[in-house]
Amino acid sequence: MMSTRIDARFAELKAANRAGFVAFVTAADPDIETSFEIIKGLPGAGADLIELGMPFTDPMADGPAIQAASLRALKAGGSMVVTLDLVKRFRAGDDATPIILMGYYNPIYAYGVDAFVRDAAAAGVDGLIIVDLPPEEDIELCLPANQAGLNFIRLATPTTDSVRLPAVLQNTSGFLYYVAIAGITGTASADAQKLRQAVEELRKSTKLPVAVGFGIKSPENASDIAAFADAVVVGSALVQRIADHIAPDGSQNEGLVKGVLDTVVTLASAAHGARSGPGAPKE
Amino acid sequence: MAGENSFKAGPDERGRFGIYGGRFVAETLMPLILDLETAYEAAKKDASFQAEFDLLLRDYVGRPSPLYFAERLTAHFGGAQIYFKRDELNHTGAHKINNCIGQILLARKMGKTRIIAETGAGQHGVATATVAARFGLPCTIYMGAVDMERQKPNVFRMRLLGAEVVPVTSGSHTLKDAMNEAMRDWVAHVDDTFYIIGSVAGPHPYPAMVRDFQSVIGTEARAQMLDRLGRLPSTLVACVGGGSNAMGLFYPFLDDADVEIIAVEAAGKGVDTGEHAAAIAKGTPGILHGARSYLLQDEDGQIIEPHSISAGLDYPGIGPEHSWLHDKGRVKFETATDADALEAFQLCSLQEGILPALEPSHALAHVGKIAPKRSKSDVILVNLCGRGDKDIFTVADHLGAKL
Repeated sequence: MMSTRIDARFAELKAANRAGFVAFVTAADPDIETSFEIIKGLPGAGADLIELGMPFTDPMADGPAIQAASLRALKAGGSMVVTLDLVKRFRAGDDATPIILMGYYNPIYAYGVDAFVRDAAAAGVDGLIIVDLPPEEDIELCLPANQAGLNFIRLATPTTDSVRLPAVLQNTSGFLYYVAIAGITGTASADAQKLRQAVEELRKSTKLPVAVGFGIKSPENASDIAAFADAVVVGSALVQRIADHIAPDGSQNEGLVKGVLDTVVTLASAAHGARSGPGAPKE
Repeated sequence: MAGENSFKAGPDERGRFGIYGGRFVAETLMPLILDLETAYEAAKKDASFQAEFDLLLRDYVGRPSPLYFAERLTAHFGGAQIYFKRDELNHTGAHKINNCIGQILLARKMGKTRIIAETGAGQHGVATATVAARFGLPCTIYMGAVDMERQKPNVFRMRLLGAEVVPVTSGSHTLKDAMNEAMRDWVAHVDDTFYIIGSVAGPHPYPAMVRDFQSVIGTEARAQMLDRLGRLPSTLVACVGGGSNAMGLFYPFLDDADVEIIAVEAAGKGVDTGEHAAAIAKGTPGILHGARSYLLQDEDGQIIEPHSISAGLDYPGIGPEHSWLHDKGRVKFETATDADALEAFQLCSLQEGILPALEPSHALAHVGKIAPKRSKSDVILVNLCGRGDKDIFTVADHLGAKL
């Protein structure tokens, strides 16, 4: 595969010796325009990469926060067409920040795989994380996506042992996403020391950057993990900030966009600062 | 052995029936799914596993279930002879227990110490809670909050059996949401937990494994027919939600070319009302709960909430093998509405003294449509896969009776 925005961004981060911050939000949550304002503001708030959730009615690998985000987005008119349009609008103002679409296979399958990889690449999508497409199903989307120049980013998990890892790494590009816990998004947090070991183990088998996500909520979590991972991913904690600004009647409180972006600033600076200052690990 | 042109050859090594099936699951579950496949393949060849399974089916479940000539119903319709495969007489009152016995034996073989399951009508939940109690394993059942309300007796039954019943309040609060929640539990407890899926759905190897465990229905029925009538039935009829009772009855007959096979989907308030659970009639292929199959979904690939009076059929998809058999034309898919099922429920109760569950009432409703038109020498075999005691509250509600 030719070099992508994702490769370029990780090369920059490496040169600067700092971990990247990956912000996850669901496309069209809480509505299409507010979602655009949030996405547009993410790079300025410190997000090095953006993971954009494709809303789905049945997000089986997600906890309550992201489930609720998906349902809010669908209620507000979210769809694959809307998601790709948000990417296109974002790209018009930012040609450097990588965008990775994350979600489930069915909405892509319904859109049509060939049409999807074509339209996603044209909109300015850089990579895909599809939770329910393990390597056994590479023929479905991973291979067509690679051909269209999209990185297919695979999840490695605590259940990925040395026997399984080669399958996970095959056809993976951009970066490897290490799922910190065996479980769903936004629930338990993993022990940083164990995570460090797991990431070091992965590095023996791959030169790809390793991002860590699932259960990272606080600046302390982000900082601890950024000390050894190439990037930290935060999703549920951001999406929960959106929920916090929505009244029981569905109306949005003022300051929703700012509230979310302020949280990004806090978490991203924790991640960015992890390797500088006293006690920072040397590369 | 099933030959190349056999309908019984699937799935292939990728877990596919044609384009259907597969293993569309999160990476966290993949090693477990592969282990399960290995364990299941070994169990199939293990005579002691099969012997234990057969013994439990005989002494604990009460198999073989009888083949029963529904004499008065036959006379009532005045056409084909109607036979029931009486799986409602099984321990726990439905066919679900056949599969649960098989899966819990496998769970033990794999060293798993905790059982989870989803349930719609509660029959699979009760059957799972039953085998978990029988083998002394802790058990958690996920059940939609709406289903808990309409199936209260089964909720209490599961609790009596020592299971924890967790209400699911995501989505439509029904079977698909319970399955989502069970998968979320599973992914968080991969080390010790065995997920007993109740239908011929989910990722490979579940659809094939559940079919195999349920095939005892069809294997018995086929032998009983030959023994009693010296012939095979002209027509098989079974209801389908996910489709485990139907697959169990159909599978041993798939290569009997002269046997017509009919599956009956739940048409809810009517297939054109948008309130139904007829995945084949009104769905398109899509991916949910680990497999590709026909699904009720919109243009954007979002799952549409199904509707059926019967909680056990209230599911937006169908097992992948059914989708394949539909495309191949081997199984004919028909529908019956809530009203049809209620009518058949009452008719069967009055004519045969058997309260059928609302699920097989859909199959009986279709029998009522075809039996009068068939010759008296025709034999229709219906899978009476569950008893209706659990449904009396729902039925009372619809009939305006106060209990």
